[in-house]
Amino acid sequence: MEPPADTVERPYCAWCGGERAAGDHTACDRRLASVDPPRHCPSCARRMVVQVDPVGWTARCSRHGESAGENGFGG
Amino acid sequence: MTAVDPSTTAEDAAPDAGGDILAVAREQVLERGEGLSQEQVLAVLQLPSDRLSEALALAHEVRMRHCGPEVEVEGIVSLKTGGCPEDCHFCSQSGLFESPVRAAWLDVDRLVEAAKQTAKTGATEFCIVAAVRGPDAKLMEQVRAGIAAIRAEVDINVACSLGMLTQEQVDELAAMGVHRYNHNLETARSHFPEVVTTHSWEERWETLQMVRAAGMEVCCGGIVGMGESLEQRAEFAVQLAGLEPDEVPLNFLIPNPGTPFAHLEVPQGADALMTVAAFRLALPRTVLRFAGGRELTLGDLGAEQGMLGGVNAIIVGNYLTNLGRPAEQDLDMLETLKMPIKALNDTL
Repeated sequence: MEPPADTVERPYCAWCGGERAAGDHTACDRRLASVDPPRHCPSCARRMVVQVDPVGWTARCSRHGESAGENGFGG
Repeated sequence: MTAVDPSTTAEDAAPDAGGDILAVAREQVLERGEGLSQEQVLAVLQLPSDRLSEALALAHEVRMRHCGPEVEVEGIVSLKTGGCPEDCHFCSQSGLFESPVRAAWLDVDRLVEAAKQTAKTGATEFCIVAAVRGPDAKLMEQVRAGIAAIRAEVDINVACSLGMLTQEQVDELAAMGVHRYNHNLETARSHFPEVVTTHSWEERWETLQMVRAAGMEVCCGGIVGMGESLEQRAEFAVQLAGLEPDEVPLNFLIPNPGTPFAHLEVPQGADALMTVAAFRLALPRTVLRFAGGRELTLGDLGAEQGMLGGVNAIIVGNYLTNLGRPAEQDLDMLETLKMPIKALNDTL
């Protein structure tokens, strides 16, 4: 069976930076869905420069560019 | 959504050390407006879990009697993130720990945009925060430019949290029109050395005294759940009361990766709520604000219980490095609870 496409394109955990295929990242995903913005680039695991503001966040990877999101808790 | 289960307080087996401490508090705090002593605060913290609802109800009465129904709403933003030389063990922004948080500066345009976003929620306070021991010339210049730009475009009170200050810096911030200055003592004096080793509780206290003398409002609180005992939590409440702050922000520990406190548990909801009630009974007239960590510790219904248990202010939206729930959810909560948002002209 082939791994899911997302695991190929985004092989790293955005919270801890570990390989997603190598372990259980349920707790990491829970933090990302609630109180934490991504800290590691999901494509290369580099630590990103993250800026949080009252309504959102931006995260910049030196190789893969900037991503953005809103509040935690499904916001 | 989950309501906080009052059956999970840490002190389930503890006796009601004050006899009927809530009856005493009703007469002393509600009727006479005198905050509880350290021993009395401890007695509240040690109440059995089946008295949590009663404690919250009394704290709410105290808040309504001595502060009124309005809720003060605030937004905060990090002007300078990460790379801090201090070793506050709860903080992911210390440059001394292997934290994933990288250093970042916010430019003035984004700072003004953040103030606008905050004002749109109806907030009266916008706090500019920097992760530093104290501000250097570059930071003071960025703060000066940022405050001038905000005051030109946004109708909101500007607060600052820039660490420990010199007298000259205090005077400069007051001259810039800073309405309130935040500098948390974080925890009880007796517990502080377990939390920070690169500066002292007394150094923080000195900054707070200078802030007050310069005419700025004093905002000073801390974090619950950093390994302190209930005795130390009571000690902290009374030390804060001795400072007579205009505002006390109450945070609940978010154990952040890479920090020395990463291994600690998220505080239990019922303990957190009993702490809220106890702090209100120690500080009957202070703005008592829900700050970081309430989402993890209390959830949605626990936050409502806190708003009905002595809290009369909230930070809405995201925090400095952590995310909060959308501001709309908190504003909806206040509407449901029929709690009006404090207007800007009420704060001047």
